[in-house]
Amino acid sequence: MGFWDTFGIWAAALLTIGIVSFLYRDNPVYKFCEALFVGISAGYWFVSLYYQNLLPKLFDNLGITRMLGLSQEDGAFQHLLSGQYDEHIWYVLAGILAIMMLLRLIPKIGWISRWPLGVVVGTTAGLYMITYFQSNFLSQLQNTVIPLIDIGRIRGLSAVSGNVTADMYFAAYLGNIVLILGTLTGLVYFYFSKEHKGALGGAAKVGIYFLMITFGASFGYTVMSRMSLLIGRLYFLFGDWLGLVR
Amino acid sequence: MQKIFRTLLAIDRRIIFLVIFLAVSIPIFLRMKIDIKVTREVQIFYDAIEALPTGSRVLITFDYDPGSEPELQPMAEAGFRHIIRNRVKFIIMGLWPQGPMQANKALAVMNEVREGFIIEDGDSLVFGRDLIVVGPDTIRYGRDFLNLGFQAGNEAVIQRMGSSVEAAFANDARYGRPIESYPIMNGLNKLSDFDFIFNLSAGYPGTVEWVQFAVDRFHVACGAGNTAVQAPQVYPYLDTGQLSGLMGGMKGGAEYEKLTGFKAKATMAMVSQTAAHIFVVLFIVIGNLAYFMTRGRGDKKSLL
Repeated sequence: MGFWDTFGIWAAALLTIGIVSFLYRDNPVYKFCEALFVGISAGYWFVSLYYQNLLPKLFDNLGITRMLGLSQEDGAFQHLLSGQYDEHIWYVLAGILAIMMLLRLIPKIGWISRWPLGVVVGTTAGLYMITYFQSNFLSQLQNTVIPLIDIGRIRGLSAVSGNVTADMYFAAYLGNIVLILGTLTGLVYFYFSKEHKGALGGAAKVGIYFLMITFGASFGYTVMSRMSLLIGRLYFLFGDWLGLVR
Repeated sequence: MQKIFRTLLAIDRRIIFLVIFLAVSIPIFLRMKIDIKVTREVQIFYDAIEALPTGSRVLITFDYDPGSEPELQPMAEAGFRHIIRNRVKFIIMGLWPQGPMQANKALAVMNEVREGFIIEDGDSLVFGRDLIVVGPDTIRYGRDFLNLGFQAGNEAVIQRMGSSVEAAFANDARYGRPIESYPIMNGLNKLSDFDFIFNLSAGYPGTVEWVQFAVDRFHVACGAGNTAVQAPQVYPYLDTGQLSGLMGGMKGGAEYEKLTGFKAKATMAMVSQTAAHIFVVLFIVIGNLAYFMTRGRGDKKSLL
């Protein structure tokens, strides 16, 4: 292992301990590590986006780097000047929008930045209008309109052999009932045009239980995720850094 | 009894952190093992990869960064091994800047020959860079796998790839050469030319976008590995068949490792995770019990 690998491991280990020290109490070491993390992340994103997007797509494609003598290849400006059409010239529009976005840094003309923002919002809305409707509405709706229960099929499955057992089908049907009940009562809970009293109130109460169970499941997954991160860090500290486990 | 419950409610949070630390650490040193039960969603994913014919081309999208490495890297490593073993070709890309680097890291971990080079077809091929050796298989960059790198634009990139992969990624990430110059790209022009998409995702952009644009719009089958936080969000896509398999969190990775036979990091971590979960549940039960037993009795302020 080379010097820089060792240095990297030590730096990562000490910074990990620095961040974790917050669990004891807030302290200057934690603050330093936090600031370093934020700074490096911002720097990394900037450099990454510059070299992977701004430079090749805008500056190279338009021929700005050629004009500055930083590249040997002609871009859209050079091609246009020599009478050739270059589709990359359309990147000019993106460049103008980008500059307009940065104008928010000048308070007097900051309103101009709303225009590119409008383009972003409009494009995203356009992209999602059909796809979201198809993926998150129609497909889900289709999967909710299912047979509630099929007693005859469940009885007929009592003699099913192989991996698929009657119990599994019964569980599937039970799942269907829960799915339909949860969907309907969940919708009732969000129906505010009538006071939640009587049957409507009862259904809304069932709906909120379904919502709570859903949120609980999501929270459980979040805890699982955080524990996984802790395990990953401890493996790094005990293994890569201290060499206590392999 | 009341006093005990009050003491429990007022317990210093640092003691809880210490208990969790010990619960996670001790199994690491004791190298304990636990039986892992494979769930339906992971089995579906495994079967989808198994069903791919030799020579198929899979797009592997790395939409995460080092922050999610403990959960997603085991899936990436097992996925690579599984795909390579089945003689399936793969193309790497990322909608997150650090994603393709995570792919390189996974490949570096698997590679068994780290030094030297060979001359093939007049080209000097360096082990670890152009050639990756995994068990009996040796895969070559450009022929068996390719790294397209990161591309900014989130879902717009997927949309663009739907009509032309080259329009979204003109050059590869490793050598900066036009992607059509690599043999692996022969006949591969648009997203629907891929046989399968394997998405590893930690948030936005990620699995949701791949389902909405690649699966529903361009009709490419997609299986996903997600962080546990994101898994509940994408489960509905599994039931509708929009997702061809799902691995949720480190547990999903461990199940996949079991199926592929490449037991590694996720499998080793399962005891630690189980122990941590037991203690978390225990703390929740004790906390609630203590709260309800002391509710309405005595000075409430002391509980806060």
